[in-house]
Amino acid sequence: MPDKPDRNAIEVIGVSKIFGTGEARVAALDNVSVPIRENEFFTLLGPSGCGKTTLLRLIAGFDFPTDGQILLYGNDIAPLPPFKRPVNTVFQNYALFPHMTVAENIGFGLQMLGKPKAEIEARVSQMLKLVKMEALAKRRTSQISGGQQQRVALARALAPQPKVLLLDEPLSALDYKLRKEMQIELKRLQNETGITFIFVTHDQEEALTMSDRIAVMSAGKILQVGTPWDIYDKPAERFVADFIGETNFLTAKIDNVANGKAKATLKSGKTIPATVAEGFTPKGEATIVVRPEHAKAVKGPGELSGTVENIVYFGTDTHILVRLDDGDLFTVRQQNSRSASCGFEEGERIGVSISDDAAQVLKD
Amino acid sequence: MAKRATFDIRQQTGFTTVAMICFFLLYLPIVTLVAYAFNDNDSVAIWKGFSLRWFYSAWNNTQVIDASIRSFQIAIAAALIATVAATMAALATTRTKPYKGLTFKYAFINQPLMVPEIVTAVALLVFFSRIKIWTGYSGLGYLIAAHTAFCIPFAYLPIRARLENMDLSLETAAADLYATGWKTFRYVTLPLLWPGILAGLMLAFVVSLDDVVITEFVKSGGQDTLPTYMLGQLRRIVTPEINAISTVFLLLSVAIVTIFFIISRKRT
Ligand SMILES: Nc1ncnc2c1ncn2[C@@H]1O[C@H](COP(=O)(O)OP(=O)(O)OP(=O)(O)O)[C@@H](O)[C@H]1O
Ligand SMILES: [Mg+2]
Repeated sequence: MPDKPDRNAIEVIGVSKIFGTGEARVAALDNVSVPIRENEFFTLLGPSGCGKTTLLRLIAGFDFPTDGQILLYGNDIAPLPPFKRPVNTVFQNYALFPHMTVAENIGFGLQMLGKPKAEIEARVSQMLKLVKMEALAKRRTSQISGGQQQRVALARALAPQPKVLLLDEPLSALDYKLRKEMQIELKRLQNETGITFIFVTHDQEEALTMSDRIAVMSAGKILQVGTPWDIYDKPAERFVADFIGETNFLTAKIDNVANGKAKATLKSGKTIPATVAEGFTPKGEATIVVRPEHAKAVKGPGELSGTVENIVYFGTDTHILVRLDDGDLFTVRQQNSRSASCGFEEGERIGVSISDDAAQVLKD
Repeated sequence: MAKRATFDIRQQTGFTTVAMICFFLLYLPIVTLVAYAFNDNDSVAIWKGFSLRWFYSAWNNTQVIDASIRSFQIAIAAALIATVAATMAALATTRTKPYKGLTFKYAFINQPLMVPEIVTAVALLVFFSRIKIWTGYSGLGYLIAAHTAFCIPFAYLPIRARLENMDLSLETAAADLYATGWKTFRYVTLPLLWPGILAGLMLAFVVSLDDVVITEFVKSGGQDTLPTYMLGQLRRIVTPEINAISTVFLLLSVAIVTIFFIISRKRT
């Protein structure tokens, strides 16, 4: 993981956004604070309606916060109109100007900034090269494919060299294969330009593979900010663990809490080591999370025991659904090999062995 | 053959017949009118032979030429002013958050379409005669003002339709790319709005050129437009000169509509 400098490009401080009044009052953002570092690929991840677009629009200046501050390199930009902010946006529907060519679209920002013609031309051809669209420079934007429009939208937003680039679900309109290609393309562009990217998505896989850091949002709040690894392996709350990847939740008695570690006594009576969500001191019972790939189905006794209810073959791996003795369902994920089946049958009594570093105690 | 996917009205029995009858009824009188413009006779009703004499006669009739020039002056001025006003009104009623009274404003702008023309005509006659007495001015200004007023809704409708169909995120994108409000209008909204503005201008122009009732009431002596002149002629002896004038009028309208159509097609 490359070291990122510690300067903040954007600081969102105590920002709230309220739409409507009375019955129709919606707090799209509820006292949100988050620093976004220079040069990082920062992702806002959350389900539909959680306020991702609203936060992006406030940073871009298309809307103004009800409360709070938005700092760009230390200066409060919250009251500035969008055309005075060195921040550009890639829109979900691209919003390319239909009456202009590809090149004119890309040059628009620089033209509005009053840059000399020679400079605009040089920069536009540089941008066309960056997104590999040189051959289509003279085309109308209605005469190019969706993936190509996406590239033009990126080039148009990057051309004025913004301090921060905002991307609102830019890949959601593309089909699966093109989407994978554009994910790699976006990472490349971010590396080459060194611009801070704030990327919005509700696709957890996309967030995990692309981001330096992720903020998980729900109902107008940011629940957790961290690296993909942090978010996946050390979720702080049930919502985060549930939203990202597949998860098993267990109830356990927690004691011996020290230095972010604890002992968790499962309902089966067995005790396993666990890590504890940051800044949290559990008392008594708590929820712990174990990812399916951090547990194994075993013939003999394990930390848990139960009956195989279902076996689902996924190509790369097999999911074994175990009905535990206390009635809960637990999923185990196991790598497949070419020559042998998973070795278990439905209805068989088995043990579940949990790796030593698998369990994390959640805040709720 | 593949199954027919959608309902096609042309497959309906009798469709062609009905369509032919409608076209016939619509265009037969016009065809007759044009044909008799070439009639070598003093009467409009009895065909004698082919001649262009009524076109010469109209061309040499200073009253006809005067009225034509006046018609165009009024139509051009009224259409231009009405289109500018309608564009501003359309922007003001679409580029805003909906508020109480917006529907009332639509009604207000479209009022001339709903009030019977004769009512407006009488009202203007009374109103303008007062102003004429106070100011002593009796030029074309009154006719231009009156025509502008009833042209505005015709110009407004296509412009508003175009604005409502325009993707708002384009203007947001322009603002994001450092365009101020004015530059956004100049470089994004206006170019995309242009076909709507042209359509509005054309409609306003044709509606003004064509008006009889309000013009008849508002005009001062010697301010005949082509339609009011023709109406006046009908009260006297009718010669094919009227047909000749109408034919030229028709050709001009068709030409104007075609030109506007081609321009707006190129723009989009
Ligand atoms: N202009 C508005 N007026 C009223 N409510 C709004 C407005 N814009 C957003 N909201 C509300 O604010 C909340 C957050 O909306 P937002 O568009 O930020 O969600 P999102 O996270 O981007 O969702 P999605 O993934 O569906 O795009 C929603 O409940 C939405 O209904
Ligand atoms: Mg959104």
